[in-house]
Amino acid sequence: MGLILAILVQGIQMVLVLALAPGLIGFTRKVKARLLRRQGPSILQPYRDLLRLVRKEAVLADNASWLFRNAPYLIFATTWVAAALVPTFAAGLHFSWAADLIAITALLGSARFFLALAGMDIGTSFGGIGSSREMLFATLAEPAMIMIVFTVALVAGSTQLSTVAEFMVDHSTLRVSLGLALIGLIIVALTENARVPVDNPATHLELTMVHEAMILEYSGRHLAVIELAAALKLLLYISLIACIFAPWGMARQDDGVLGMLVGVVTWVGKLAIGSFLMVLFETAIAKMRVFRVPEFVGGALMLGLLGTLLLFVSRSF
Amino acid sequence: MERFSLDAAHLLAGGMVLVSFMMLYQNRILGLLNVFAAHAVVLSLSVAWQAYVQSAPHLFVTAAIALILKAIIIPVALHHMVLRLGVHRDIETVGGIGPTMLMGIGLVALSMVVMLPAAAEADPIAREDLALALSVILLGLLIMVTRQNAISQIVGFMSLENGLVLAATGARGMPLVVEISVAFSVLVAFIVIGVFLFRIRERFDTIDTQALDDFREGRE
Amino acid sequence: MRDAENRRAGYVYLLMASFGTLMLLLAFGLLAGPDGDYAFSAIRTAEHVPWLAGLVLVLMLLGAGSKAGLVPLHVWLPLAHPAAPSHVSALMSGVMTKVAVYGFIRVVFDLAGEPAWWWAVLVLILGAGSAVLGVLHAVLQRDLKRLLAYSTVENIGIIFIGLGLGLAFKTNNMAGAAALAVTASIFHAFNHSLFKSLLFFGAGNVLTGSGERDIEKLGGLVHRMPETAYLFLGGCLAISALPPLNGFVSEWLILQAILLSPDLPQWALRFLVPASGAMLALAAALAAACFVRAFGITFLSRPRSPAAETAHEVSRWQIRAMYSLLVVCLIAGVFPGPFLDALSPVSQMLVAGAMPKQPILPHLSIIPISESRSSYSGFLVFFFIMMASWAAIRVIHNFASRAVRRAPPWDCGFPDASPVTQYTADSFAQPIRRVFGPIAFRAKISQTMPQPGDLAPARLTLSLRDLIWELIYTPIESAVLFAAERLNILQFLTIRSYLSLVFAALVLLLVLVATWA
Repeated sequence: MGLILAILVQGIQMVLVLALAPGLIGFTRKVKARLLRRQGPSILQPYRDLLRLVRKEAVLADNASWLFRNAPYLIFATTWVAAALVPTFAAGLHFSWAADLIAITALLGSARFFLALAGMDIGTSFGGIGSSREMLFATLAEPAMIMIVFTVALVAGSTQLSTVAEFMVDHSTLRVSLGLALIGLIIVALTENARVPVDNPATHLELTMVHEAMILEYSGRHLAVIELAAALKLLLYISLIACIFAPWGMARQDDGVLGMLVGVVTWVGKLAIGSFLMVLFETAIAKMRVFRVPEFVGGALMLGLLGTLLLFVSRSF
Repeated sequence: MERFSLDAAHLLAGGMVLVSFMMLYQNRILGLLNVFAAHAVVLSLSVAWQAYVQSAPHLFVTAAIALILKAIIIPVALHHMVLRLGVHRDIETVGGIGPTMLMGIGLVALSMVVMLPAAAEADPIAREDLALALSVILLGLLIMVTRQNAISQIVGFMSLENGLVLAATGARGMPLVVEISVAFSVLVAFIVIGVFLFRIRERFDTIDTQALDDFREGRE
Repeated sequence: MRDAENRRAGYVYLLMASFGTLMLLLAFGLLAGPDGDYAFSAIRTAEHVPWLAGLVLVLMLLGAGSKAGLVPLHVWLPLAHPAAPSHVSALMSGVMTKVAVYGFIRVVFDLAGEPAWWWAVLVLILGAGSAVLGVLHAVLQRDLKRLLAYSTVENIGIIFIGLGLGLAFKTNNMAGAAALAVTASIFHAFNHSLFKSLLFFGAGNVLTGSGERDIEKLGGLVHRMPETAYLFLGGCLAISALPPLNGFVSEWLILQAILLSPDLPQWALRFLVPASGAMLALAAALAAACFVRAFGITFLSRPRSPAAETAHEVSRWQIRAMYSLLVVCLIAGVFPGPFLDALSPVSQMLVAGAMPKQPILPHLSIIPISESRSSYSGFLVFFFIMMASWAAIRVIHNFASRAVRRAPPWDCGFPDASPVTQYTADSFAQPIRRVFGPIAFRAKISQTMPQPGDLAPARLTLSLRDLIWELIYTPIESAVLFAAERLNILQFLTIRSYLSLVFAALVLLLVLVATWA
């Protein structure tokens, strides 16, 4: 009985992240539009877009290979699995032992690997430029993420996100190294989600595209699946930041239905606050030149390294 | 509560190191000035927190000096100066940002290695604060070394001085007189350097200190 | 052209191999001591003077390091491995380098007695350096097989990072952590032998099918050689340390070992270990970029030359042999537990500790130290990915649309773009070169722009310098040349002078023997 319940809760988490992800994108677009004093589309617009795309026929380039057709599903699957493994409303879910934070990072790496390959499949210059830049950013963002994981893991004594979240609730302290890790993680999150100082999710100007350039050839259901994966990734990163640095309100393993409900409500609240802050930052800042980005992401790597070094020197940092 | 107050002090000192790194990262002059103002704000917060924790009212004065002088007056004046000198579009890169940041991390590591064993009998939090203050000082020096522009060098110098103040307040008990005299000597230094800057520019049409080197005697 | 290159490869290989063998012989001589008993059991029980044991480590690093391809002794490897036929390259890169790793482990962990902490420093620095420099070279290569050879250098670096960690834990009597590090690095050696062989076979197929190994002239092979493309993609995923394949498991274990090292008492190690962790992560991320480039330029996009256009798939048996390697890669990635258990006697012998027994239930997950610290279940990850993608495909195909229309790709209104307009291997690597080049290769770019109205072409010159070659090998080379020229006169002496030389040498040796006692 307990096992079935545990699997059920895990299933709810999987469905919930999938259901909320487009809404999160809609919310960020709405807030951004309001901050620019525009009315903006409805929060539900991404759901309608996805439905519309899914129903359309997929237009493939003449020389598209099997990789091009299968990559969207693999990208979506790896991102979804990663997002399902991050504790959102409850810690200690049944399958949370399947992968720790390093594995989640690597899962996102797999998604990126396929996305970059898909961008190169058709053989237009756009795809190539997007893949090449994406891999450049990844070469710095991934080690930065690993160093941030090190920092967090050294404080909490575990790379397992559920354990980390419970540790942070029980021993909430101000730590220099955690501060460094938080800033680093925000930089990584902005880079990985192709948000403004790094990439502009709304642009289709050739020379500035990174993420959009890779998926330029996609259409119909393939595009829908990739867009959904991107939304899931944004949700994942905000949940991740919330889970490590603001885990309050999260339900414990043995909490009842009420605890779970409280967890869901606070989690949605955290998502809203997180995305609002992100949009606020985006509206206040201009996009960088591509070759300024390595310095920006490299900064995150340095912060992560610094945090880890401080912790290696003394555990009280 | 005791634990929390120490942690907060720690975090603020760590914040100073972080802002020092941001200064190291920033290669545009106006951005550098803004970050420097943030540096001073964090310093004054840190000093004020120490004042509150140690219940030492004179430290509030130090905090106020830091806030008014270094977070407002000097950055505004420098801002003005930059605009008047017309160097606000200058971008300077000496050796690239990546290696400089790596060097900065090396310096932080060095100060940890030097301070932690040296003050082994002091209580752990205090000596770590001291180590962080030393890092701020070394990073200030690094900023001075890696910049060519005289204004960035001034900023580096003043961030170094911020590190000194941080070390002093952490060590419980730098007399207020010393504090004020240090602050004012910095102000005087600032004015003198400012005057010199204009003179230098009049003479050489640049404030790039590299250019001054070319006029030294004995150079081939 | 190819011949001259091969000759040079052979010459450098010969030199480095004899140098390595010399170092190994000296190391064994020191280990055996004056009694000259070369049996392992005798060496193991003998007392080793600490500084002599340190010397043995240095000699082993030089000897085994040069055979394994550790930076800066790797120079022969990217020359020799691509020069051989592909199946031989696979053996050289996949298996031969591992023999050197085995020799190193056998001597340093088993025979040379208690390690000193500075041994770990040396091994970690060399390992981290090899990992990053190797993969940076690999990212910039145009020759597919040379790219793979440089990536071998990277993986050897990763293995040595693990071994360095193992040494650090062993000197500080942290048996559990040492066991984790050593097991992880041996497991990585095993994994590397699998996927590197697979990749070299794939490169061989490309060479057979198209006659070309310069990736700038390939492209679009996924249509002509679909099976090879599958297999090569599998190898790329494994070597880029992506779950659920095996490369990820071993690198994950090494990262877990790094997380145990704040307890080390030595300051130097406390700074070095996180730094090498960062280098390891950087190398893994760069490897992903490198293999996206290798696969994307070779197999995807449009053919860049007639050779690529007319490429053909290789015979069925060649393909089947490769499938077996891919399947083992997948098994080792999805069910790593039994592999780790199988290594526990080894770590028991080397560092007197073993990883905890890997549980089969409930999730087939692997646990480096304890479940609350970290766990990873390759099986669950694999299962979930498969289920999720299957579900997505089913739902969309059944309830939405499965219609497909073929159309020309988006061309910005300029139809029939030539394949030359595609992103090339060099342009793909350009951003990475621009970011890391100035530090790693002293990269310099200069442009010459003709005056307006001048019809001369504009030129862009890029210079990359191999600093290791310049700083280490060129001075040695000139020193050897200098000495050779000085000694040249010895060739033209009379018989009497030769005899007197021999006589003098004999007397000198006798005097030495007399004074030694």
